[in-house]
Amino acid sequence: MRRYLAARLLQALGVVIFVTTFAFVMIHLAPGDPIAAALARPNITDAMRQEWRTAYGLDRPVGEQYVRWVANTARGNLGFSFSHRRPVRDVFADALPNTLLLSGLGLVLSFAIGIVVGVVQAERPGSGRDRWLGRVLLVLYSVPDFWLALVILMVFAYRLPLFPPGGMTDAVMYEYLSPGGKLLDRARHLVLPVMTLAILTAAGVARFQRGALLAVLPSDWMRTALAKGLSWRAAVARHAFRNALLPVITLFGLAVPAFATGAIFVEKVFSWPGMGLVVVNAIAARDYPLVTAGVMLLSVLVAACALLADLAVAAADPRIRLG
Amino acid sequence: MTPPLLEIDNLHTFFYTDNGVARSVDGVSLHVDAGETVGVVGESGCGKSVTALSILRLIRPPGRIEAGSAIRFEGKDLLTLDDKAIRQVRGNRIAMVFQEPMTALNPVFTVGDQIAEVARIHAGMSKRDAMAKAIEMLRLVGIPAPEQRAYEYPHQLSGGMRQRVVIAMALVMNPALVIADEPTTALDVTIQAQILELLADLTRRLGTSILLITHDLGVVAENCSRVVVMYAGEVVEEATTPDLFAHPHHPYTEGLLGAMPKVGGTAERLATIPGTVPPPTVWPAGCRFRERCAYAWDRCATEHPPLYQIAEGHVSRCHLAAEPERRAHPHQPIAAQPGVTAA
Repeated sequence: MRRYLAARLLQALGVVIFVTTFAFVMIHLAPGDPIAAALARPNITDAMRQEWRTAYGLDRPVGEQYVRWVANTARGNLGFSFSHRRPVRDVFADALPNTLLLSGLGLVLSFAIGIVVGVVQAERPGSGRDRWLGRVLLVLYSVPDFWLALVILMVFAYRLPLFPPGGMTDAVMYEYLSPGGKLLDRARHLVLPVMTLAILTAAGVARFQRGALLAVLPSDWMRTALAKGLSWRAAVARHAFRNALLPVITLFGLAVPAFATGAIFVEKVFSWPGMGLVVVNAIAARDYPLVTAGVMLLSVLVAACALLADLAVAAADPRIRLG
Repeated sequence: MTPPLLEIDNLHTFFYTDNGVARSVDGVSLHVDAGETVGVVGESGCGKSVTALSILRLIRPPGRIEAGSAIRFEGKDLLTLDDKAIRQVRGNRIAMVFQEPMTALNPVFTVGDQIAEVARIHAGMSKRDAMAKAIEMLRLVGIPAPEQRAYEYPHQLSGGMRQRVVIAMALVMNPALVIADEPTTALDVTIQAQILELLADLTRRLGTSILLITHDLGVVAENCSRVVVMYAGEVVEEATTPDLFAHPHHPYTEGLLGAMPKVGGTAERLATIPGTVPPPTVWPAGCRFRERCAYAWDRCATEHPPLYQIAEGHVSRCHLAAEPERRAHPHQPIAAQPGVTAA
């Protein structure tokens, strides 16, 4: 087990190094640079730009810049964001908690809904409720995220103004609210983006859960469970569910990083100041330090979640845990 | 005369497949008396396992037990019980031992857990008491260090051990009947004998009846007092074990016995039965064994043989009972003739 863990950690480290190097090289190869993008004002001359490039070391070969970036990163210095004009670390410190809140809630909710719907479907495969749920899920699964976000925005913020259309807090009133009122205000702002994320992912999770459950229902041990005197429902809930959960745990691990990035559109539509928004804007601004650090953070997230998912599967499956 | 413990009466179990209706069990009647071990033999696809599963109504769609069938057990017709009532029979009054002990046990629960589950369902035991019961059962079936084994998972046990676990699970509630569906087929030969001995010993001590489903006549000879031979969804012969081995009547039974190796036998090759069982969607009219039979004549093609009484407690589904003189003139079965390929 320890050996396995060490091997997986090493593998994860390799992935992170490869991905960040790749991102570093690609963003530097892209036309334009932070100086050109950030300072496109007419009263700034090319000579001045060149001076800044030299000052920031942007005129050096990409290899040299890379080595310096690695050395800085290793010392915990993520660099200075050109577009935000503050340390990258501070930009992330603001954006990351927002994304974690939105994505975390969306993730938990979508898996909770998806698993329940999948089980409800698979318990009576081919029944009316299975077929109807299947159709609804297929539609939701196929819908583009930004479109669903816009529809939800239109329905629940405009036509039926139950919830605020965007942001994290009320722009005007927030400062004057009581602590309880502040909490309520934040919660109200969370509803629509979380709902959008949850609906989209829940559809995929439900399809997956249904399939995983259907795959184990014909197992011999299900017949054994029924022969013991368990009801069908109890046999599904206890025996089949536990087995069908294993692939869903893996899916969960893979979904976490997808949520970190997949929330980009949702963050954009609901003006949610999260990581997705920061990284997308950073790419447009050719903000090298912000892009590479953002990619690094996401790749660490991906690797860590995949590793955690594998460990969770091992914990849930005695055949892996005990070899 | 007391009624038998289990009486299957005219059981029809059909499967509604895309290729037509498979009449897997097509009018089977048999009974098991209290304390008796009855063997059901036949080759793959003869309907013996489907019969076993039908008793506890474990047939899943597209399979269906047809109207007109009856399975009487302890004074009730199992086929008319509601869901709750049949669940009180399953694992409690009738228990099953399945063929493949690896797949019959759930891989993500400890074996103790899975045995204890039976006591929790039927005796309403607490988790703790049920686990104690499970350990007691593991000891009963001869598993060493049961306190420790109970907390292990199926994949940590050998095949023989796993089958002991399955047997322990079956005997928790001291059922009146154990249905053992090929309980030793997946095991090594040396383990097979141990498992059968264990099953026979325990059921004898507890007074349990066994319905033993097998394709192995050797297993039948050692364990069963009575034998039911099945072919193509029907019972073709039934007799006490000594009677069947000494005086087989149906040509199919003869063939099965001829295919058994004998100690001290001189034959270089074992006899085989030519051809294969026809598919259950298209049972032939007349006698279903006709094409593979060395005695078949025109009557066998048109007239479906009834179960003829051969002797006291001995029946056979063969027209030879009516025309015994034909046994003197065997010929090449149709399935073995040149130009006929096995279906």
